[in-house]
This record gives sequence, structure tokens and C-alpha cells, in this order.
Amino acid sequence: MKKLSALFLALVAYVSLALPAQAQEAAQSLDARVNEVFASATGWFVNFIFMAIPGTDFPWIVMWLVIGASIFTVYFAFVQFRFFGHAIGLVKGDYSDPNDAGEVSHFQALATALSGTVGLGNIAGVAVAVGIGGPGATFWMILAGLLGMASKFTECTLGVKYRNEYPDGTVSGGPMYYISKGFDELGLPGGKILAVMFSIFCILGALGGGNMFQANQAHAQITQITGDFPGWITGLVFAAVVFAVIVGGIKSIAKVTEKIVPFMGILYVGAAIVVLIVNYDMIGWAFGQIFAGAFTGLGVAGGFVGALIQGFKRAAFSNEAGVGSAAIAHSAVKTKEPITEGFVSLLEPLIDTVVICTMTALVIIISQQLIIDQETGNYVLNEAGTAIATVDSNSGVALTSAAFGSAISWFPFVLAIAVILFAFSTMISWSYYGLKAWTYLFGEGKTTELIFKIIFCIFIVIGAAASLGPVIDFSDAAIFAMAVVNIFCLYFLMKVVKTELASYSARLKSGEIKKFTH
Amino acid sequence: MKLVIGLDGASTGGKALDFAKNLAKKTETCELIVVYVIEWSPFSFQTAEENAERHKRREEEIAVAMERVVDPAVAELKSAGLSARAIVRHGDVADTIDDVAHSEGADQIVVARSSAGGLTSRLFGSSTANLVMNARVPVTVVA
Repeated sequence: MKKLSALFLALVAYVSLALPAQAQEAAQSLDARVNEVFASATGWFVNFIFMAIPGTDFPWIVMWLVIGASIFTVYFAFVQFRFFGHAIGLVKGDYSDPNDAGEVSHFQALATALSGTVGLGNIAGVAVAVGIGGPGATFWMILAGLLGMASKFTECTLGVKYRNEYPDGTVSGGPMYYISKGFDELGLPGGKILAVMFSIFCILGALGGGNMFQANQAHAQITQITGDFPGWITGLVFAAVVFAVIVGGIKSIAKVTEKIVPFMGILYVGAAIVVLIVNYDMIGWAFGQIFAGAFTGLGVAGGFVGALIQGFKRAAFSNEAGVGSAAIAHSAVKTKEPITEGFVSLLEPLIDTVVICTMTALVIIISQQLIIDQETGNYVLNEAGTAIATVDSNSGVALTSAAFGSAISWFPFVLAIAVILFAFSTMISWSYYGLKAWTYLFGEGKTTELIFKIIFCIFIVIGAAASLGPVIDFSDAAIFAMAVVNIFCLYFLMKVVKTELASYSARLKSGEIKKFTH
Repeated sequence: MKLVIGLDGASTGGKALDFAKNLAKKTETCELIVVYVIEWSPFSFQTAEENAERHKRREEEIAVAMERVVDPAVAELKSAGLSARAIVRHGDVADTIDDVAHSEGADQIVVARSSAGGLTSRLFGSSTANLVMNARVPVTVVA
């Protein structure tokens, strides 16, 4: 394995350093070629997932996610609010048996899952939502975040309940396990087929949103600072580092990022709060724009429906509620009560979407990067009429960067580092999710695992080289495809969760489950 | 009488063990509990892969601690004709030793002088110092 990674690193060094100057032009056209091939290869899949409901402009998939989250919210009688305090207690360790010390704690499972979701979705995704859907998209994003808490609760409870525990003490869990085992238990047919379908989409999602989108936006961020250069170079460097971690087993790199990422998250929120405090007189106006835009659209493409679609799409992409990925991350926790992990996981969309995404949106709105027509009060569209015109024609992560930069001049540099680290940690998380789906399909073993890891690294290069449009479309489509299978199966399995919830809350009320005194 | 002996795997632990042994021999019935704490925090950050393997690692860590530190100490006490048993736990060293002593109803904790030095112990204090300051059970620090 060492030899292999050394060889790969040498190859990367050769390509990026020893490349003759005249090849630079060819390299630029290589990016264009990758882009073209990629867009034509994935187009049909994207079109299917984002097909509009006949007679409307509304993609059926967005409806699917919202209806799912709403049904779980009602079915569990607003569990996200009723058990919110209890969830905090669980994370603090109030209910942890001291004899289980040394096992994965609720806090650790939550932190690991969060480091997979907090990242570019919160920085670039929100900019895309607000840039296309206007400030109103924020309102729908918050609503989707609050509803999504119930989806997370459902899937993470099942993730722990139906995980596989192997004799050597390691665990594997996630939708593919709860779908196949849960359906068997309930005597329902088709569990195996649905689990296989989920796994296929999970692999695509890992390669798309968990990989290419990250590489793409990390490259965009780097070129903001260094000037333009071909994307595949960034891709190769990223691929080499990810390869070193997931194949070479160089844990120290992953360990370092796992330590820095939470710090970066806090720094990001801190910077957002500073910007908001400095502009405290505009916060009221910004919320006014959010509410007005939510129901009128304020001139954005597609009107208020456009704002709604963007808000829901970006929220789902950012917090992954209903997608099933978090169930994989949460399944490692040590607990006798699977439902406790469900309670803990419902904090995730709250932190990710309701808090962090809203911060980003407020900063973008307050920075006035989005151009407003002074006479009508509506937003001005760009020439193509697809998005709101911005001061420097920025979109995605560049828009967020410019928004922060207008208040804190040096912050774009910090943001660049944060984006690169977030991208990296999200890639590492998703390489694990993808791998679990891959091994579910092809069995566990060194060779099959290696094949997936190499494919994963190749897609980093493709993601960095392709342009944002096709990458974002494919990433969204793949992640939402996971949600199609996952939510469908959750409808059948949610009664299992309801039984657990009833039993647990009865024991909590009777005092059978109580806090440990430390 | 019930004594809790906190060991950290360093050579100084032998002195704490000897001290407790002599003390135990002077009393008629004395129960000795050897405690070893594996430094660990429930609030650290881990990768998904580390989490998946955590249970396995924990078992390995406990096995190593038993084999290298705790079992030899218990064997030594037993060969001296004393009643002794072992507890290995994960957690903060000072808090966990205190918790064990408190819940076991021990009369005294015996630990060795801090073996760590340098900058970290200056900044955060050593486990021994933390134990002495916060313990709910009398502590003897053996030099």
C-alpha cells in the first residue's frame, strides 16, 4: 500500500511540476473537454431528478423532501421541539453511563456527522440560494431546516437500531442496513432491492456532492486569490492528499483537519456575528427582505416559487436531512437506546441550517452585494435573467467571500483556508459514506475497498476541472436520488421508531431513565 | 479499611504501590483497589472511521492496560497476602480516580507524585495536582 501511494504522489508531482509550458494551453482545453463530456454524460439523470410537476415549474423532488419532512414532523408530534432539551442533555453526557466511558459518545457522533455536513453547503450553497432565489430563499431554508430535524431523527434512530456489529467490535450502519433488515423484520418485500438502489445512489452522491462539488468550489476559491489556472492541477493536489489519507492510511492528516475544522466553524460563525454587530441597524431591514422575498420573490426569476425552490434545495443539500448520509455517521455511537441518537441528530439541521446558513444569508443580504433597483425595490437580474446581478458578478463561494470582504477586508483569506479545509473534511466523510455503500454492494475486502477509493480520487480531479453548472446539477441530483429511496423506505419503517419513542418517553417520565450523577 | 491506588504506568507507580502495601499490612482487614485511567474525553473530535472502530480500540486499550500495569500490580499485592482487585476506566485521570474512590466508599487514595513535567503541566496542572485539589476522599501523594 505504501508503494502504491508513493507511486501516485510521484505521478502527481511529475504532472504538476514537470509539465512543459506549451502544454498549458492544452490543459485549459482539457478542462473544457472534461466539462463537455461530463455534462453530456449526466444530463439525463439530472433532468429526471429535477423534472417539474406537470403544469408547474416546481421540481417534484423538492416537493418530495418537504412532504417527507412535514409528515415526520406531524407523525412524531413535533418531536424536534418536544425533545430539544433532552437532546442537549444527551449531548452533554447527563445520561451516559460512566462504565461506557471510552466508547463513542453522543457528542462525538454528532460532531463527526456535523463535520460531514457543515462546509460548502453553508458557504457556497447559501450564496447560490440567495443569488438565484433572493433573500426570500432564506425563509424557506430555515423552514426546511426546522422540518428536516424530524427526518434526521427518524433516519438516525433506525441507523443505530439496525446497524451491523461485527465480532471484531467494529460497526457498519446506515440506510442500506435498516432498509434490508427493517423490511425483513416487518415482513415487507423488496428490502434488498431498495437497499441496493440506495447504495448505488449513495456512491453517486459521494462522488458528486461529497466530492466533485467540494473540489470544484475549493478550486474556485483558490483561483480567487492566486489568479486563474487549470482546475485539474488543484484536483490532482487534492486527490493526492485524500489518497494519502484514505488509501495510505496517513491518519495524522485526517486527525489534524478534524481538530481544525470545528475551530474554523466557530471562527466562521464568529466573523458572521461580527459583521452583524457592526451592521446591527440593518438586521431588521435584512429580515424584512427575507420575509418580503419569501412571499413575493422581490423580482427574482420564478417569483416566490423560485425563492422557495432554491431555499428548500439548498437546505436539503446543506443539512442532508432525509438523504440518509447522517444515519451512516451516527450509527457508531454506543448506546442501549437507539432513539437517543435520533434525539441528538435532530440538533444537526438546527446548527447547520437554522443557525449557520442563516448567518451566511444575513451577511450576504446586509453586504448589499445583490443589486437592488432603487425605484421598484426589486432585485435586478443579470443579463441571462437566471440570477440576481451582483456588484462584481460573483456567484457561489465568491459571492460569500465578497460579502464578508466588504465588512472585514482580510476575511476572504481566512475564508479561503476554511473552504479548503471544509472541502477536505467533507470529502473524507463522504469517502467513508460512499465506501460503506460500496462494501454493502460488493462485500468487504481490501481490493474492493481500494477500487472505490481510487475511483473517488479520480472524481476529485474531474470535479475540480469541470465548471460549476454541470457539477452542481449532478451533485444535487445524486444526493436527492438518495432521498427518493430513503424517504420512501422511512414511510414503512417509521412505525418502528414510533414504538421506540413511546417506550422511551414512558420510561423517561416514570424515572426509569434518569441522569447519572457525576 | 479500603484503599484506592491510582497508577499511571510510570515507574513512580511502584512507590505508591509499596506505600499502600505497607499501610495495608498494618491494618487487620484491608481491601485494595488498583485503578488505572486511560486518558479520554467524550468531547474530542473523531473521524467516522475512528468512530466505527472505537469499540474495538477501547477493548484493546483496556487489555493492554490490564496486561502491562494493572495485572502485575494486583498479582504483587495478592502474593503479599492482601485482598486486591483492579478497575480500568476511560476518562479524565483526576475525576475518574475520585469517582471510583467515592462510589466504592474508599477511606483513602494513594497516588505517586506527578511524573509529567514541562510546559503542559505548568499550563493545565498535573493529574495528581488536580486530584489533590478536587478529591472528595483523603489523598496521599507518595514522593
